[in-house]
Amino acid sequence: MTADTPLIETVELKQHFPLRRGLFGGSSHMVRAVDGITIDIGRRSVLGLVGESGSGKSTFGRAVMGLETPTSGSLKFDGIDIARAGPEEMKAVRRRMQMVFQDPFSSLNPRMSVANTLSVPLRFHEPGLSRQARRDRAGEMLETVGLPARYIDRFPHEFSGGQRQRIGIARALMVRPDFIMADEVVSALDVSVQAQVLNLFAKLQREMQLTMLFITHDLAVVGHVSDHVAVMYLGRIVEIAPTRALFSQPYHPYTEALLSAAPTPAARDRKTRIVLEGDIPSAVNPPSGCPFRTRCPYALDACAEAVPELREVGPGHRAACIRDDLTLAAATGT
Amino acid sequence: MSRVLSVEDLGIGFRSEGQDFTVVRDVSFSLEAGETLALVGESGSGKSVTSLGIIGLLPPPPQSRTTGRIVLHGGDGDIELLGLPEPRMRRLRGDRIAMIFQEPLTSLNPVHTIGDQIVEAIRSHRRVSRAKARARAVELLEQVGIPDPQDRLGTYPHELSGGMRQRIMIAIALALEPDILIADEPTTALDVTVQAQILDLLRRLQKDTGMAMLFITHDFGVVADIADRTIVMYAGQTVEEGRTETVLSDPLMPYTIGLMNAVPRLETAGLKLGDLKTIEGFVPDPAALPQGCSFHPRCAFMQEGLCDTSPPSIEDAGGGHMVRCKRWRHIGEERET
Repeated sequence: MTADTPLIETVELKQHFPLRRGLFGGSSHMVRAVDGITIDIGRRSVLGLVGESGSGKSTFGRAVMGLETPTSGSLKFDGIDIARAGPEEMKAVRRRMQMVFQDPFSSLNPRMSVANTLSVPLRFHEPGLSRQARRDRAGEMLETVGLPARYIDRFPHEFSGGQRQRIGIARALMVRPDFIMADEVVSALDVSVQAQVLNLFAKLQREMQLTMLFITHDLAVVGHVSDHVAVMYLGRIVEIAPTRALFSQPYHPYTEALLSAAPTPAARDRKTRIVLEGDIPSAVNPPSGCPFRTRCPYALDACAEAVPELREVGPGHRAACIRDDLTLAAATGT
Repeated sequence: MSRVLSVEDLGIGFRSEGQDFTVVRDVSFSLEAGETLALVGESGSGKSVTSLGIIGLLPPPPQSRTTGRIVLHGGDGDIELLGLPEPRMRRLRGDRIAMIFQEPLTSLNPVHTIGDQIVEAIRSHRRVSRAKARARAVELLEQVGIPDPQDRLGTYPHELSGGMRQRIMIAIALALEPDILIADEPTTALDVTVQAQILDLLRRLQKDTGMAMLFITHDFGVVADIADRTIVMYAGQTVEEGRTETVLSDPLMPYTIGLMNAVPRLETAGLKLGDLKTIEGFVPDPAALPQGCSFHPRCAFMQEGLCDTSPPSIEDAGGGHMVRCKRWRHIGEERET
């Protein structure tokens, strides 16, 4: 594939799950966790994905990793259609895609030393390597993520949260992937440690030319790490834009509400804050038309009629809102 | 404003595996009616332990030991809370001082309806009929913004969303109109839009009732939103204290400065300003605190022979802006250059 095609492409990707109802209950109800997502992630770029709990952002992340069989739609990695790839091709793709999780404690095996933890992916993807070669690679990788190589025989409980997250990152990078899916990777960390880990991600992304899908609920974090940001609500992307454009000229009322609700240490007038009513609706029974209309301060009758399509509202900036007469508040001065 | 709580030279230590260590040291502050004071810090700073010490929920000695004074003012005179017998403390808890926590699901009883839990909270302190207590419960649910309060009395905690459960916890905490509400990370587990709702609710309730709030959080954004005054804690001590605007816009203690720089900002999103400034190293182990200032091994402004010898005392930098740093006068100049 040529360098200018995206590394990841999804077209109308849907991931629905049957909702079990009782012992003999049929699966007539579906949770529409991901409900038709079409996006590209360009090579060596970072796409930030923000949304609240229940938005489907983690399910989308798993779908992109090929961990779920999509209900419908397609997923391509480096031009390879995942649904049609053979076992050998798929194994190669799996090596190139790796992930890092939120809780570095539960995602590391407490009984495995760092050397073993880091060797597992190598044993699978590079079976020809000797034990010593794997160990050398693990030691080098520890240094890369900012830990001394001499920690190699230690166990997870001997590390702090931030250090464990570095080990989680090292494990993902052992097989030299092209793509990293990072799901809430700094959410469990203290502010000062969070900054260290974010800087590490930036460094690794630069040096190893990684493409990333960075999933988080934290807008300031996503604004810091991402080239583009997509905002998810009830299984759909409601807005996607280059990062600066999203924060300085939000187009979708939900983006505006998120930016407005996000706490910031900077002085801000509380009175102008938009406080949404209620909670995110159930993905089993989403509202007709625009999924956000039940909480939207600008909703019109027409919003109930059809699901709004993402449409171009600026360079590389798309939003799924039928209104074009709104002037929304931004997080940043323009 | 009238003073509702004074904490003087609070020290809290624990004993674990035969070893004693101190997790809170000489913390002093006061709380006025109608104001919100934030205790902010990272894990291990001692902020939550301080709040548990005030409300008397620490394990009994010898597992923990508390020194200093905690005085509750108002009502029928001052009450020294430290060393108060548990039955008396239990009467004050909920009645004069109430507390809400991060995870409302674990604080609510899963097998009782929310109506029963509010009624129980009221009747454990007040001699009122069940019917009267239920009427009060409806009133409280209405006050915390729960739709159809009458119908909601019969629901169980698991039937509610996280935001709704936190509203129920707030309703229970406010049932007896406490003078002081201690809120320990009450919005940390919530989504941002729901967090905004809960912060607005707390602010409104405070305005209506005149209660004082002690708000524990790790999030400077939340601090900016809710607190009149702020105390920054590090390794069990107050390292900076003052009006929230002052502490956030003009921090003097290097730790506070470091934290403020380490937070990514919404205002600069997408500008690609490069790396965040970090504070190197880790919070010290309470069993092995560094000599001198406990922050000095991580401090960018550390001066050898000064910061690593004797511990700094807390000083007034002007207008009640307190700072625990021997070098605060120089730091402003060094930051300029």
